[in-house]
Parts: sequence; structure tokens; C-alpha cells
Amino acid sequence: MQTSPQGALPPSTRPRLAPASLGRWLKENLFNTWYNSLLTLVSLWFVWVAISSTARWAFATARWEVIPANLTPLLIGTYPRGQVWRIWTALLTVAFLAGATAGTAGGRGKRVAAWVAPLALASLLFPLRWPTRVMLGAAVALVAGGYWLFRGKRRLWPWLAGAWFFSFPWILFLMWGIEGSGAMPRVETSAWGGLALTLILAMVGIAASLPIGILLALGRRSSLPVISWCSTALIELVRGTPLVTILFMAHLMVPIFLPELRIDKVVRAMIGLTIFTSAYMAENVRGGLQGVPKGQYEAAMALGMSGPLTMLLVILPQALRAVIPSIVGQFISLFKDTSLVAIIGLLDLLGIARSVIANPRWLGLQAEVFLFAGLIYWLFSFTLSQSSRRIERALGLTKPS
Amino acid sequence: MNVSQSDDIIICEDVHKWFGDFHVLKGISVRIGRGEKVVICGPSGSGKSTFIRTLNRLEHHQRGRIIVDGIELTDDLKNIEAIRRETGMVFQQFNLFPHLTVLQNITLGPIWVRKMKKSEAAELAMSLLERVGIPEQAHKYPSQLSGGQQQRVAIARALAMQPKIMLFDEPTSALDPEMIKEVLDVMRELAQSGITMLVVTHEMGFAREVADRILFFDQGQIVEEAPPHEFFAAPKHERTKLFLSQILHH
Ligand SMILES: Nc1ncnc2c1ncn2[C@@H]1O[C@H](COP(=O)(O)OP(=O)(O)OP(=O)(O)O)[C@@H](O)[C@H]1O
Ligand SMILES: [Mg+2]
Repeated sequence: MQTSPQGALPPSTRPRLAPASLGRWLKENLFNTWYNSLLTLVSLWFVWVAISSTARWAFATARWEVIPANLTPLLIGTYPRGQVWRIWTALLTVAFLAGATAGTAGGRGKRVAAWVAPLALASLLFPLRWPTRVMLGAAVALVAGGYWLFRGKRRLWPWLAGAWFFSFPWILFLMWGIEGSGAMPRVETSAWGGLALTLILAMVGIAASLPIGILLALGRRSSLPVISWCSTALIELVRGTPLVTILFMAHLMVPIFLPELRIDKVVRAMIGLTIFTSAYMAENVRGGLQGVPKGQYEAAMALGMSGPLTMLLVILPQALRAVIPSIVGQFISLFKDTSLVAIIGLLDLLGIARSVIANPRWLGLQAEVFLFAGLIYWLFSFTLSQSSRRIERALGLTKPS
Repeated sequence: MNVSQSDDIIICEDVHKWFGDFHVLKGISVRIGRGEKVVICGPSGSGKSTFIRTLNRLEHHQRGRIIVDGIELTDDLKNIEAIRRETGMVFQQFNLFPHLTVLQNITLGPIWVRKMKKSEAAELAMSLLERVGIPEQAHKYPSQLSGGQQQRVAIARALAMQPKIMLFDEPTSALDPEMIKEVLDVMRELAQSGITMLVVTHEMGFAREVADRILFFDQGQIVEEAPPHEFFAAPKHERTKLFLSQILHH
């Protein structure tokens, strides 16, 4: 799909099939033997049945009104309606950074538009309130603005990576607010929910596990046996345990060990997700460290640099840059895995979906609600994985294929 | 040459080194004077690289003594870092830092190790780039340069630490023939400056012209050492003769 900056053929130069040769192509590829013809016909029949029955259900049977009626809780849970601007601010921050990233990564304007335009269009088609539409419009404008400001400024990408990193505490601050403040009162985490909670859990998981993962990876390679043993043991212990188990442990054990702290449910889930992700992050980072050639250590040492300085200025920047794609991959799987927190009673996207269908008013509408939730999960994961492939190329981490 | 302690910037006494069971350096004793230019040659696997890497402790020796500029190399990290600050090294594979620009490659050491001010370091770096002939490449990344240019940046990076000794390990072996000269020219110019140079190389023209002394290594020992005219005109050892006949025929 993606056209590479240089080298590979853009899709448009691939030979087009003329109608005359289409018949020949069909004959050669799909109907060349009697069993291949049979297979083709059977497959066509299956595809037809699947599409037609899905379409009939989607357009005739399904009662989609359940989605707009519950859209707000599905997206933001029970966050106070008067404070929703804080979530919008967080979203706008992310929109700007996303645009800026596309700009530094050398994304084409057309491609950025191709991602953003459907969003704008959807906001007009779906029954949204006007303030929502205006805010979505602002998000689109910020993506475009970030893109335009940072276009081609590749040298700024380390700053941008830093900005992404610090956007996480900033978003948490927005969500949490200030105790006793009038304009931005404290919003307890019990009111957080929906897609916003899902995204925050994934974000915190990644942001907190990155430094911990780096430390664990360095620990595992340490020449001090105690440190390397402890790090290895921790990593392998966590990697051998299912996330659900860790979530339950965090949910049940943290209050037992730290009873006086009264850590709330959301934070406990964050702790569990962070422990889980850190172990995988450590392995990612370790892979990156192994990929840095020995000559780099030698060159740094030959300059008289100390071990920590060599690590910080020469080795880690190269190692981390090499693992950006796997960090994004980790983020995507964490984003999906957060759905497990519904089990310990959090109202993330899936948790809200389950509470909607438990409402007698919407009895029997599981399919509609879950399909919608699934679509959102897919939309985010797909966007992220596509952008990460672009970033990979821009950083020269993969050869254009 | 061996007049007094202070005239010899490098003193090696009976240096031995093993890689596991493999005896790589078998009793190297040599003194190198301040400002001396020494070329080291010898067949592949004879321990040339290992020897010059023991001088800044990228490899550590297991027996004997190495004294660089009056400091003995031991496990003491302070001494090692002090010696490394005085000793620049240029590698066969350049080993530039790929995530930094040319300028940043050169200023990294001065800023973080020598604690130089950023602006001062940048000025120094630019003057060094001028000296090696590529000031216009300052803001490019190493991957955007040719091999010869990369090696000249590596030389500038080593010089930025203002070392007293420069170690070169086959600096032109990874280069295309047309780029070898540009690097050797920089090294020739450097030799004029009075810095101490140890160069592992097979460039016999360079050795003849620049070296005060040539050390010939074979199987972990210094088999022959002589000034270039003597070394090329009247080699004493069979192994030296064989090596010279092979390399000069090449
Ligand atoms: N890290 C190591 N572990 C084990 N053996 C090594 C190691 N480094 C070098 N050797 C061996 O030590 C011997 C000397 O190697 P060295 O690199 O010093 O040779 P050299 O004279 O520089 O040869 P060349 O001209 O090929 O660079 C070689 O036989 C090599 O295989
Ligand atoms: Mg060698």
C-alpha cells in the first residue's frame, strides 16, 4: 500500500488489467482446473451469504439507536459533563502531536488527509451535537497545523518523542484536576470510564513501563550477579504469568500490603498493567541493546567516556530508536489487553459496553454494542500500526519493500 | 631513543595477553618516544590490533607492564579514563555514532569528558573539520558521507580530545582505493604536528615516508624493528623478507 520515498514502484505503475485480459486472468487463475472452478464457486457462495446476511442484519434488523443513546458513556464514562473540556484538551494535545509526528516522519499531506477526512466526514454524518462537531473540527485543524509546522523537520524528532512522553503526565493531570480548585476540580477515578479510560490505561502502561523496562534490561545485562539475577527473575516471572492473573493480584494484593494507602481501583489496574508491560518492554529494549555494535562502545570508551555516560549518550539512543516499532506494537497490544480490566470491575470501553447491555431498556442488543466497541478497538489499533510502519520507514529502520 | 623516563611516552615491558587458551601477545617490550611516529605491520592475526588496543585498555593484558605518559595501566578506572583522554583512537570501521551529526560526533567527547563549553567545542570541531578538509559536512549524518569522509570525521573526533597520542588501527583498510589518499594525506599532515602516532597499516609508501620506526609483528612477537630505510632495504629476518615480498608484489 505505502509508497516508499525512493525505490519501490508506486502502486499506480503496476500493470492495469484491461477488461479483455480480466477474462483471461480469471480463466488462468480461478477456473484453470475443474476443482479450482468448484472451489471458486463455493467460495463465492460463502462470501455472498456472509455479506448479504450481514448487510440484512446491519440495515434491517439491527437497532443502532443504542449507540448514539449511549455514546457519551461509551466514550468518557461518567466523567462530569461540565468538565468534558478537559478531555477535549487532552485529545487536542494528542491531535497536535500526531500531526507533528506525521510531519517529521515525512508523511505525505495526502496521506494525513486520508486519515483525518473520514473522521471529519463521520462527525457530520453521525448524529453528534454541534459542540462535539466543533471540537472534532478543532482536532482535525490541530493535526493539520502540527503537520504543517513540523513538515520535513526530521531533526526535531527526538524532541517530539520527548513531547509524547511528557504529554502523558499532562493528560493525567488534566483528567485528575486539582484538589479544591474551582475551574478544574478533582475528578475521582471512579468517574473515569469508556474509551477515555481505555486510552489512559494503555498510555500510562506504556509511559511507566518504558523507564522501568530500560532499567530491567540494563539490570539483566549488568555484570553484578545480584542485579542481573533479580532482573532476569522478575522479567521471566511476569512473562510467564497471564495478564488477568497479574490484574487480580494487583487488585487484591496491593490493598493487603499497603492498607493505609487506600489506593483506588484504577491506580491498582495501572500498577498491574505497568508490571506486566515492563517485562515485555525490558525484552524489547534488550533486543535493541544487543543490536548496537561493539565498535560503538569502543569508540565511546576510547574517548574516555565513563560507562554510564556511554550508555546514556551513545548506546541507549541507538537502541531505543531501533525498538520504536516494537514499542508501538506493545502499545497496540496493551490497548487491546486493557479490556481485561472490566473483569476487576473497571468501566473501560468494554466495561461500559457490558453495563449498557445489562440495562433492560437495551435488552438483546449485545451484537450492536459489542460490534461498535470492536470497531473502535480496531480503528485505533489499525491507525497506530499503520503510522508506526510509516515512522519506521522515516527513521530508516526498515528497507522500503 | 631510550634516554630517560620522561622522553618515552609509552613503555611496554614483557606484555602478555591470552584470549582463553590462545596466547596472542607473547612478551612485547617496546618504548616509544614523545612525538615518535611508529608504524606497525605484520601478517593477519599476528596481534597488531590486540597490541594497540591494550595501550588504551580496550583489551587488558595479563602479564607485564604498560606505562602511558607516566601512568601505569591497571584495573584502576580513574587511570584508564585518564589515559583514554590523552589517547585518540581511529578504527578500521570508523565507528562514528550514527545517531549524531558530524559536528555532534566531534563535540561529544569535549563537552561531556573535557567539560568544554558547547560553543567552544563547536568552534574547535569546525576548525578540525577545516583541517581534515570537510567543513561543509558538519551538519550531515555519518551515513550520508563517503567512507573517506567518515574516516576523516573519525580522525577529527579523536583529535578533538586534544590527545598526546594517536592510535590508528588499519585506518584505510575498509576504504575504496580512491579514498585512501585523502585519509593518508590527513595523517601525513598530522604527523608534521609533533603528536605521537602509532599506526597499524599495510600502506608501505606511507610507512616509508612518515615513520621513524617500523615494528614488524609475527605470531604475537615483535620480530624486527628498524627505521624504514633499513627495514625495506635490508630486512634481517626471513619472515620479514617473506612478508615484504608478498606485500610489495601486491
Ligand atoms: N576477542 C577475541 N577473542 C578471541 N580471539 C581473538 C579476539 N580478538 C582477536 N583474537 C585472535 O587473536 C589473534 C590476533 O588478532 P588481532 O586482531 O590482534 O590480529 P591483527 O594482527 O590485527 O590481524 P589483522 O591484520 O587481520 O587485523 C587472531 O588470531 C584473532 O583471531
Ligand atoms: Mg587488526
